[in-house]
Amino acid sequence: MIVTIASGKGGTGKTTVTVNLAACAPGAGVQVFDCDVEEPNSHIFLKPENCSKEPISTMVPEVDMDKCTLCKACEKICQFSAITTIAKKVMTFPEMCHSCRGCEMVCPENAITASSRVLGDLIQGTNSAGIPLTWGELRVGEAMSPPLIEKVKARINPKAISFVDGPPGTSCPAVAALRHSDFALLVAEPTPFGLNDLALTVEALKKLDVPMAIVINRDDGKSRVIDDYAAREGIEILARLPFTREAAAVCSKGLLLVDEIPEMRLRFTELFSTLMEKADKGGERK
Amino acid sequence: MKELTIISGKGGTGKTSVTAAFAFLAANRVVVDADVDAANLFLTLPHTTIQKENFLGGRLAEIDPVICTECGECLERCQFDAISTDFIVDAIACEGCGVCVHYCPMDAITFEQQTCGERFLSTTPNGPMVHAKLGIAQENSGMLVSQLRQQAREIAKENDIPMIIVDGPPGIGCPVIASITNADGVLIVTEPSMSGMHDMERVKRLADQMRVPAFLCINKADLNQEKADLMKEFARENNIKFAGEIPFDREVTASMNAGKSLVEFSQGPASKAVQNVWKNVTSYINDTMNRLI
Repeated sequence: MIVTIASGKGGTGKTTVTVNLAACAPGAGVQVFDCDVEEPNSHIFLKPENCSKEPISTMVPEVDMDKCTLCKACEKICQFSAITTIAKKVMTFPEMCHSCRGCEMVCPENAITASSRVLGDLIQGTNSAGIPLTWGELRVGEAMSPPLIEKVKARINPKAISFVDGPPGTSCPAVAALRHSDFALLVAEPTPFGLNDLALTVEALKKLDVPMAIVINRDDGKSRVIDDYAAREGIEILARLPFTREAAAVCSKGLLLVDEIPEMRLRFTELFSTLMEKADKGGERK
Repeated sequence: MKELTIISGKGGTGKTSVTAAFAFLAANRVVVDADVDAANLFLTLPHTTIQKENFLGGRLAEIDPVICTECGECLERCQFDAISTDFIVDAIACEGCGVCVHYCPMDAITFEQQTCGERFLSTTPNGPMVHAKLGIAQENSGMLVSQLRQQAREIAKENDIPMIIVDGPPGIGCPVIASITNADGVLIVTEPSMSGMHDMERVKRLADQMRVPAFLCINKADLNQEKADLMKEFARENNIKFAGEIPFDREVTASMNAGKSLVEFSQGPASKAVQNVWKNVTSYINDTMNRLI
């Protein structure tokens, strides 16, 4: 079962919820996948050991100019301006390439072969509590995160309980993380920004046909914007986590709330069992 | 003309609140919301939208079931698993590469440019705001960001506006690269935590690669003063100009709830601090060389 933790707005506490949920259920066989490959942070909290690192590449074209007849077929098929003929030379722009292999297929002289561009690293390790963590780390300067996100997700064992820590936003990276999830847990903060971005993510999830529920984070006990929205949309609120300076300090040090604050362990344990119950039902519904 | 982009690496550190404050403090500027898939600036800057335009992004393949003979050519060639075994294109998985279109022996696949969102031009008290709304689960956010910045530059040039302020997206990927390419400076807004530090370091490396000078602002600094001090040290060692720190202050959320920028809403400690950050950032950015373009 794949549960993706998402939010729309950045910094609402996706990673905090992911790692603390995983940490409060030892023995449940939870695996964590950090798909916020641009800025992965789960490893800071889970502290995996003996990590293995593997570079992940994507296909980009390489042109053999001895075979090329400058027919421009490659330039014509490419939708991304990643290959073009200038004077008597074919230029490639690897960072623009989407790896569709169109140029390679269309070249009548077989002058184009597959080369590669490094997207980033895939890293795996297990922490002292036995929680396995897999994450992607996008190479600084690389624009495309979705192919790396796909590679991280390819490591998911569908039989285990997998928590996917998603990236912020509602465009390609967020969609890549959310697709094929069995359930989405939305972490929202009760502010106008939080509400606006939550609503965008809910629309994306409806399009992807993923069942969902909400956790309100940094609840001030006053604002009802998320409650009102959730009631209108018929989305259940599974938990409310209060804002406290103590919690903020624990998180800032890269520590787990469930280890440092006993009350938080109770809240997360409760959330874990409610979530599992809902996700099971959501899965059946699908 | 100078262009400043506010970025953070980590999400939710306060980019938009800082941008909104700058947009209020700058006497004459264009402000751009480049966080196109989770745009928030419009929520905190009173504005009137005067122009709306569709944003045309990439193309999408669509198979006409009447013409399709289910030969399987497209299915075999698609690198994105976007075509199902019953020959329906998954609009979300389709990358818009056109390989299936090219190879379909029946010409059964259309390939139209898609409307991927909307672009807006609005007026605000201190100058124009250029913003957008990317459609749900749409692609091409980088292209949209580049278009918004281009429009902002044209407006600034025409009206002799000396400053463009860009509210950037989180992360370091495609829309972030599009937000800082050729900017005169980036202000990294971070928070004093292990995650903030980790993400700030990565976004600084990106700024270095793009040769854009970086300035640093630590938001909610008092939530972990020790970390904040480590960040200042990192800034000193890594050629980042330190623009100031902002204390945690509930007035920030209160101003957001009121739909106003912090500096307009409050005269509390965070408001005072952000005014000081603005003073430093304007002095740093005016010291940068003028770009030739």
